[in-house]
Amino acid sequence: MNGIPTKDRHGRPLVAVTGIGIVTSLGWGVEANWAALTAGRSGIRRITRFPTDHLKTTIAGLVHLPDEPPGGECIPSPVRVERMAVAVIAEALANARIGDTGRFPGPLFVGMPPVEMEWPQRFALARGANDGAPGYRGLVAAVEGRQDIYETVLFGGVAEHLAARFGTRGAPISLTTACATGASAIQLGVEAIQRGEAEAAIAVGADGSVQPEALIRFSLLSALSTRNEEPEKAARPFDRTRDGFVMAEGAAALVLESLESARARGAPVLGLVLGCGERADSFHRTRSNPDGKAIIGAIRNALADAGLEPGDIDYVNAHGTGTPENDKMEHLGMRAVFGDRPPPISSNKSMIGHTLSAAGAVEAAFSLLTLRDQLLPPTINHREPDPAIPLDVVPNEARRARVRHVLSNSFGFGGQNVCLVLGEPPG
Amino acid sequence: MRREVWITGIGLVTSLGEGAEAHWAALSAPGTRPVLDETSFAPFPVHPLPALDLDRQIPKKGDQRQMEPWQRLGTYAAGLAIDDAQARDLVADMHLVVAAGGGERDVAVDEAIAAELANAPPEVAGPRLNERLAADLRPTLFLAQLSNLLAGNISIVHGVTGSSRTFMGEEQAAADAVRIAHLRLAEGRGEIALVGGAYVAQRWDMLLLYAAGGALWHGPWAPISARAARGGGFVGGGMAAFLVLETAEHARARGAKGLARLAGVATDVAHRREGGGSAAVARALWDRLAPRGGAGRLGVVSGAIGVEPALAEERAFLAGLAAGALVRTPGTLLGHGVEASFPAHLALGALALARGGFYPPLDPGLDTPEAGGRVDRVLVTGFGQWRGEALALLEPAA
Repeated sequence: MNGIPTKDRHGRPLVAVTGIGIVTSLGWGVEANWAALTAGRSGIRRITRFPTDHLKTTIAGLVHLPDEPPGGECIPSPVRVERMAVAVIAEALANARIGDTGRFPGPLFVGMPPVEMEWPQRFALARGANDGAPGYRGLVAAVEGRQDIYETVLFGGVAEHLAARFGTRGAPISLTTACATGASAIQLGVEAIQRGEAEAAIAVGADGSVQPEALIRFSLLSALSTRNEEPEKAARPFDRTRDGFVMAEGAAALVLESLESARARGAPVLGLVLGCGERADSFHRTRSNPDGKAIIGAIRNALADAGLEPGDIDYVNAHGTGTPENDKMEHLGMRAVFGDRPPPISSNKSMIGHTLSAAGAVEAAFSLLTLRDQLLPPTINHREPDPAIPLDVVPNEARRARVRHVLSNSFGFGGQNVCLVLGEPPG
Repeated sequence: MRREVWITGIGLVTSLGEGAEAHWAALSAPGTRPVLDETSFAPFPVHPLPALDLDRQIPKKGDQRQMEPWQRLGTYAAGLAIDDAQARDLVADMHLVVAAGGGERDVAVDEAIAAELANAPPEVAGPRLNERLAADLRPTLFLAQLSNLLAGNISIVHGVTGSSRTFMGEEQAAADAVRIAHLRLAEGRGEIALVGGAYVAQRWDMLLLYAAGGALWHGPWAPISARAARGGGFVGGGMAAFLVLETAEHARARGAKGLARLAGVATDVAHRREGGGSAAVARALWDRLAPRGGAGRLGVVSGAIGVEPALAEERAFLAGLAAGALVRTPGTLLGHGVEASFPAHLALGALALARGGFYPPLDPGLDTPEAGGRVDRVLVTGFGQWRGEALALLEPAA
């Protein structure tokens, strides 16, 4: 069609993105998020959803649901995940103008955190238990027949509800690869289209885990920033004074579609997913191997999958969590792959925090907007560059640039690393 | 490109023992009885896990300490599969897809906190909950709870680093894990992959989840065939099953034996969405897997777990299969291993083809009465407790 290729160099269908939807602590919707992100605003605030007494970290990037009352801690994480996912999928579908309402012509991939029964539910069940001793035996007896709880905390529940609502085809796949989850969801969708399983797919990453136990668990791993006094300045990726990541909620959805199908129906093409690369680490549960091999391997695999050379990458959307360890390792990976002249790299997490299972999808969506507007979002809170990390981190202010290809990095606990290469629409 | 994929290694642990040999011996002999614990989690019977010599597959005590039983079990079985495939030197580029549930909670901490705070006023309970969790939760327990860290531990302990993905979603996740691993090898994304899951039935936190859906069988153990009359339900079975999938070309080149050819995996989720209709969907999946019905005698390793209406739907589907198909229901003896069941049943199917035999009736109330004998192909079924249909077809590895 018009001489523009619709296959990649491997002979696979080129995969376009024809719709995106985003929600983060910066707001609901693509344009609200992009405006705030490129203005360098932070979405990090003090937690007001539940009491924060005795917590080392009392800040987060929270997403308040539209009708959520103040102090709405009783909304369980899986319900938050589902509500945010519904919103971003609906936004992405409206952009893509694909399928009839409730009938999407392809599969669904949902990146989300593992879910379970939370404390408010446990306490309520314990109060209803007959044996007066709120042990598990009593809880189990009290929970029998609670289909509402079952469907909320089953791992397949959220994706199944989403699949039914949007009428996606086949079995929806829910997945977790820790902080790389959102990127893995996109990769699965891309692969489905490349192998000709469908012309289109929805990939969504969503996380709504800011509740006491999850916060404390991350805190116990010493992963979180404790800079509670100035929430907006706590997330400091690549800064010498960085002290951890800030937990955050959010979601993003991408409508993936073969370029051929998108062009045939005259759909707007936001960009292409040119390559996906992954590599697992075998070193440690929460740290990368100091040799950086897995990170480097994931980046190189993504470039090779896209058929590009390091010099073709104009900008990197960092994993950039702001933990001392991650940023050091990411720099090592950048140097190994890009040599003496690495492209600019910035961290969305400086503004939205670490959206965990959503991060890979949210940051891929922002990478597509970077391509659309030829505008690099900044790394804010960059005051004292780390001399060990001599990178152009687009400090503090967004910057115009010529961007043809973006590399988006996602590196997870448990050694699961996924990188995506996104490109401008052709023609 | 569409390459042939073989199963070249099996790592299997159930209440009947560990390893392919032990399972073939136990299940191919008539009259094997289930191993049961009917008291510890009463009124719910469970099939307990056998004692495992963890040092054999997880040599570092430090690694063992970083895990709880669920991750240890899965990591152990993954190692058995790698050994069975003689693939220790292939792990660096081996791809990994795990179907995972949640890891163990600290039951004692949960019970103590609930005892103190369930009836406390919210202004007291909130701050005190923070204080107790911060003091009582062990940092390592978080990592042992994380679903993706079964895969993480398999990478760390066995060095499997080609890629790592963890699917969540009970029975369906396991079938899709096998489906995706199979498709990726078939289309040229790698040569060898490890896929599977693990389930520890002896856990109150898991019973809490499945009891909510009314999915558990109450009272003394009964074979699956006898459960429908009392509303059905599954009996949890401790289980881990990992399969090494490998392209035939790659296996041949290194002289590895194929236990079976994985001809295809097909999944869908009509059951919940349509409120029934699983049988029709399964028939469509079967037509996709075996468009001409196929030749020779068909063995069926049924994934029946005893939960209704999934069981009735499956029976309707099986009734329409080619006459002469030999149906076997290992779930009666092994229980339900949720994310581990589908790969375990694939392992049993592959074993039968590799040994040139089949199993005797395992649940006489459901299974074709005819004795074992040889089958030419094996169909493995999976009908989820809440949703989902899955079929896989195995053929002899030529």
